[in-house]
Amino acid sequence: MSRLILSRRTLIRGSAAGAGSLMLSGCDKLFENPTFRHTLEGAEDLHKITQRALGRHALAREFTEADMSPRFRANGSREVADPVYRQHLAQHFAQWSLRVEGLVEKPLTLPLDMLKSMPQRTQITRHDCVEGWSAIGKWTGPRLGPILNIAGLKPQAKYIVFHCADLYHGRPYYESIDLVDAFHPQTILAWAMNGKPLEQAHGAPLRLRVERQLGYKHAKFVTRIEAVSSLDGIYGGKGGYWEDNGTYAWYAGI
Amino acid sequence: MNEQTASTPPKGGDLVKRHRLSTRLWHWTNAVTLLVMLMSGLMIFNAHPRLYWGEYGANYDAPWLKISSARMGGKEFGYLQIGSARIETTGVLGLWQDQDGRTQRRAFPYWLTVPSRYSLAGARIWHLAFAWVLAVGLLLYLLWSLVNRHIARDIHITRAEWRPSHIWHDVKEHARLRFPTGVAALKYNVLQKLAYAGVLFGLLPLMILTGLALSPGTDAWFPFVTEVFGGRQSARSVHFICAALLVAFFLVHMAMVLLAGPFNEVRSMITGRYRLPKEKTVTENAA
Repeated sequence: MSRLILSRRTLIRGSAAGAGSLMLSGCDKLFENPTFRHTLEGAEDLHKITQRALGRHALAREFTEADMSPRFRANGSREVADPVYRQHLAQHFAQWSLRVEGLVEKPLTLPLDMLKSMPQRTQITRHDCVEGWSAIGKWTGPRLGPILNIAGLKPQAKYIVFHCADLYHGRPYYESIDLVDAFHPQTILAWAMNGKPLEQAHGAPLRLRVERQLGYKHAKFVTRIEAVSSLDGIYGGKGGYWEDNGTYAWYAGI
Repeated sequence: MNEQTASTPPKGGDLVKRHRLSTRLWHWTNAVTLLVMLMSGLMIFNAHPRLYWGEYGANYDAPWLKISSARMGGKEFGYLQIGSARIETTGVLGLWQDQDGRTQRRAFPYWLTVPSRYSLAGARIWHLAFAWVLAVGLLLYLLWSLVNRHIARDIHITRAEWRPSHIWHDVKEHARLRFPTGVAALKYNVLQKLAYAGVLFGLLPLMILTGLALSPGTDAWFPFVTEVFGGRQSARSVHFICAALLVAFFLVHMAMVLLAGPFNEVRSMITGRYRLPKEKTVTENAA
């Protein structure tokens, strides 16, 4: 009897250890199965549907100056190598302008001064990186919605793509959002941070703020805005640099 | 823990019905889900292995916990730092060899993470999909346990059980590894009830709420969930602490299962049938 119990115990112990290593390699193997992986990735739609159903028009929390991070960490590209960009940087972006094009009635070329003379929004918000850290800063710039209204979106337009001046690990950075977020009152094209023009490390001269999503959606060094009907065929086709190159979720509200 | 329906009361040695189907289903679903959540969560932590209190926290701010590596006198070592106390953890945390024998400087080693190789995006896919299984599973189980009176009958701690003398008695019995036998083993003792209630109504809901608090989208429509913890970085810290407490629960749970008789215990959670431990007097008589 005691021998039986012992072998039973050994069996359980052995199978527990076996299950552990099986679990490890099993998870990695399972993740390579496209059906399994797509099922897991389907949760992204669930997040978007849930958050839109519960708070389509909700505003991100805004803070006071006393709540701000003493030092705001810059992430992603901190410098842009593109010679055209470097020239604009040297001229303090005096000759620089933003292009708004794609599925619009009237493509726009907006110099930085014109963007600064539009009605401005200033907001102190928390920037949440996908890695887990957060920093609170003050952002100023015109709202994206009115700019898109001036250009006049065509009915087929479903997404707004932000093309950037920087290459990250040799590939052009870009991002995209849908029209719900594009016309959200806190979605702005910020040219100022903490009361000063954007520094290069933070995306000078212009970066997107899309406050209800994670940091990688907040495209820096924005040079061109394009209205499109589908994200297919744009770079990797998944709607953003990290979506194409790292299988990060396009909807980054979570 | 169903009551015995036979006319004669059960006695030690009888095979009795113990766990309902809903409990068994939820138990195993949850076991797999929590393991995936923990291991993918540790990988997500690896992306920024520092914890802070308050609303913000990043590399320029002071963490209350961090896992990292450093070099001193030509020797490199991994460490865990809590407050100003530093514990060397080379080989396990902060500095370890991966499956190919290469030195890695991430916080948690490959054998504790899902995926095993560094991938924040992959870990998030696992974590955020299984989060739904955890949350929906817990909600359904709690609702069903209210309806079938599992909570009222088996988990509810009576006034007599709350008495310090009663709890102390149970602590002493556990410390001596003397577990209830016969009919007494049909019911959860007060320490079991406290542990299960703590997980069901404390740790698991806290895991879900602090997880929601980390989502910038949720923070917009339901800011209470972030504010109640004192900010996003505090919520992230509480998320991590609750995960550690769940690991502690799991270790004690495993120890108790092994001590109480693993075959009988595991069988009761698979088939629902449990053999009541023989009464002490009976054992003595038999001996």
